[in-house]
Amino acid sequence: MIAIDLATIWAFIIAFAVFVYVVMDGFDLGLGILFPLFRSKRDRDVIMNSVAPVWDGNETWLVLGGGGLFAAFPLAYAVLMPALYTPIIAMLLGLVFRGVAFEFRWRTTRERNRWDVAFFLGSLLAALAQGVALGALLQGIHVEGRAYAGGWWDWLTPFSALTGVALVIGYALLGATWLVMKTSAELRERAYTLSRWLLLGMLAAIVAVSAATPFLSYDYSQRWFAWPNVLATAQVPLAVAIVTALLLRALAKRRDYQPFFLTLALFALSYAGLGISMWPYVVPRSVTIWQAAAPESSQLFMLVGVSILVPIILIYTAWAYWVFRGKVDPEHGYH
Amino acid sequence: MFEHLDPVVLARAQFAFTMSFHIIFPAFSIGLASYLAVLEALWLWTGREVFINLFNYWLKIFAIAFGMGVVSGIVMSYQFGTNWAVFSDKTGPVLGPLMAYEVLTAFFLEAGFLGVMLFGLKLVGPRLHFLATLMVAIGTLISAFWILSANSWMQTPAGYAVNDVGQFVPADWLKLIFNPSFPYRLLHMVLAAYLTTALVVGAVGAFHLLKNPFQPGPRMMFSMAMWMLTVVAPIQIFAGDAHGLNTLEHQPAKVMAMEGHYQSHPDGAPLILFGLPDQDAAKVRYAIEIPKLSSLVLKHSLDAPLAGLDTVPRENWPPVPITFWSFRIMVALGFLMLGLGLFSLVMRWRGRLSESRPLHWYALMMGPAGFVAVLAGWVTTETGRQPFTVFGLLRTADSVSPLAAPAVASSLIAFALVYFAVFFAGVVYILRLMAQPPHHGEQGPSGATPARAAGITPAPAIASRRLG
Ligand code: HDD
Ligand code: HEM
Ligand code: HEM
Repeated sequence: MIAIDLATIWAFIIAFAVFVYVVMDGFDLGLGILFPLFRSKRDRDVIMNSVAPVWDGNETWLVLGGGGLFAAFPLAYAVLMPALYTPIIAMLLGLVFRGVAFEFRWRTTRERNRWDVAFFLGSLLAALAQGVALGALLQGIHVEGRAYAGGWWDWLTPFSALTGVALVIGYALLGATWLVMKTSAELRERAYTLSRWLLLGMLAAIVAVSAATPFLSYDYSQRWFAWPNVLATAQVPLAVAIVTALLLRALAKRRDYQPFFLTLALFALSYAGLGISMWPYVVPRSVTIWQAAAPESSQLFMLVGVSILVPIILIYTAWAYWVFRGKVDPEHGYH
Repeated sequence: MFEHLDPVVLARAQFAFTMSFHIIFPAFSIGLASYLAVLEALWLWTGREVFINLFNYWLKIFAIAFGMGVVSGIVMSYQFGTNWAVFSDKTGPVLGPLMAYEVLTAFFLEAGFLGVMLFGLKLVGPRLHFLATLMVAIGTLISAFWILSANSWMQTPAGYAVNDVGQFVPADWLKLIFNPSFPYRLLHMVLAAYLTTALVVGAVGAFHLLKNPFQPGPRMMFSMAMWMLTVVAPIQIFAGDAHGLNTLEHQPAKVMAMEGHYQSHPDGAPLILFGLPDQDAAKVRYAIEIPKLSSLVLKHSLDAPLAGLDTVPRENWPPVPITFWSFRIMVALGFLMLGLGLFSLVMRWRGRLSESRPLHWYALMMGPAGFVAVLAGWVTTETGRQPFTVFGLLRTADSVSPLAAPAVASSLIAFALVYFAVFFAGVVYILRLMAQPPHHGEQGPSGATPARAAGITPAPAIASRRLG
């Protein structure tokens, strides 16, 4: 069905990098989004501490996704970045605020609140901008020749606003289930309550986005509803329903570790749905992965590096998570 | 609003602005990461308390500088696409893989071990912790390797072919990576990072010695920094000279701009010390020059002929005034650094390294000199490459994204506001940390936390105690 060539392999590698980014930085950003709901300094310190040692590594997957696109599909990178100019710049600025807040808030008492606000707004802005960029991508991009040919406000539509909000809710759910896993006592209880509400929100968002996508004029509906495709594609909503049921049960039964991983599964399913809609375009309906592909020599040269280095990276990343495993203990680290 | 502005100029301004902010932090953290590795090694080896105190002291500063380097770097990696789309399309096949390797070999390494380096000493024990520090230090150097290879390729392209849609495609990876100017640029930049860090460490040491010359921490860091300076400053001057000769071979127009040579000199070119280059009139006004010295420096012979910009078509001229001045600033600072190194050597010889107030004042004033020289150096390099992005092959005006001027103007303003606010705060926090001397029982970023196998506790306690 899918010919295995270099461009296909690279499409999957980049999709993998972006997915790892979404789930890893997703929970960081989610914690930032939930930050205002936790008012005490003690709670906030615990939340910060649960990600401070790993956020930089999480964000590096974003650099790999962007850098990989530049290297493996330069044409797509050259078309998408100007097309998504405003959301991308907004995301970058959001990430600036959220990134420095990790270091700055420990260095000052007077201005700590200011950096807490920066952490919240930066995370919110970055998440929203990523969701909006995704929606703008799906709804189609105006290309002429080898360049973007639309205006600088094309990205903003009701659909992209919807995907923006949807991603914010999804990240918040990741963050809440992460807290369930990493904290104890009262903080954990609140995270449980939040998770339940956010799960409902996330389901609503999935339904809304799924319902809207096939009507974006392009051949998405063909993709999903035509016979016999529908036999395969119908599995996705089915799986979403099963995972949701499991997730509700895990939340009810207070299984601290399960909700986070089930939420990841939910993300994976939504992501797979996205893949079904997009394939084999990088820029929907205008540029396929083969049209955008860099020459074989470039893709091969990097493939060598990726196959050797990504496993090593995963190992030492796992080690770093292992070193900082377990629940965060609020009694230590401050006087 | 903004419609009348030139999107190319705006994109250049934005790239220059964000890049200049970015480079400040790597220039410091490349050197500081190595310094931290040395301090920790010395601590493990000798067990002396002064080393672990210094290590923890600089680690807190490193954490802030590194964080700012990371967030400003992520901006850079997306700017190629957002603002230089045509450039990205054309050079992606050759530059993309170099940057992808940078991510895979350097950024992940730094990020993966950073958490352990900052917060994990008590969790993993000193040996594994040293490994983490070492990995972060090596990561910063690998990062410099790849990004400078990419930049050097844009200066002196090699090992490429051009395909039918006009993209540069790789023909020979080794030639491409090790392109002609790369070894010089890598050496020069890494030395620059070491000098920058030595100057900062030296200035902080001097600041505390001026108040009280009998503190072990400041004495040690001042001495280490001055050794670094004494050894590296002269090497840097030689490396810079070699770099210039290489540039003369591959980018002669850039050297003409650095030297202010609008005219050719068939029998010995003068070295213009100072003057006001006038691009329109194509001459340097009020020039103070030393006859024939430029030929001596660049050709190692007094009477060697040197071509000037009059041999280059006018549309290929780099902007001479900027290149000319930034080059002079860098070189002047290089010699001032050499002077500081030599002065400290004399004082060391006389046993007055920790007491000499003139030396300490000199070192204090030179604290920011490394940053200024690094920026001046990059401005020379990049401005001297104009009007091309890929030297001789792709023009800057043809590299830019199809963006409306208002889009770029707004983003430029947003970057300016955010960067000044955020980085100003970061610098203030760093300066506050520096204003305290390192002391007995200095804590790292993780505060005074007892070792605990389960649970992470990186919250620093020092903030409230010392900074108020
Ligand atoms: C890997 C690529 C790369 C690297 C490492 C750098 N640059 Fe650069 N620079 C570019 C790639 C580039 C570019 C994309 O090619 C630009 C954009 C427009 C242009 O002509 O070149 C550029 C332009 C550009 C300009 C504008 C020049 C002009 O318009 O006259 C300045 C001042 C700088 N850069 C400054 C820097 C600084 C301070 C750097 C310090 C590290 C630096 N660049 C590294
Ligand atoms: C346009 C060129 C550049 C781009 C696109 C770029 C990109 C980046 C990115 C994305 C990061 C963050 C990595 C992370 O997540 O950890 C980063 C950090 C870093 N960059 Fe750059 N960079 C550029 C120029 C340079 C130059 C010229 C140097 C030095 C020679 C350099 C050295 C570093 C180092 C050492 C870091 C680690 C963070 C730090 O030390 O502050 N970069 N860069
Ligand atoms: C005094 C002797 C020095 C000489 C003769 C010298 C020479 C040069 C030359 C010729 C270039 C431009 C190369 C090109 O673009 O082709 C350059 C660039 C540069 N210089 Fe220097 N330099 C000196 C000192 C310094 C010092 C003290 C520093 C910093 C501490 C420094 C930092 C840089 C940097 C960061 C660049 C840009 C990167 C590069 O092209 O290598 N230089 N230098």
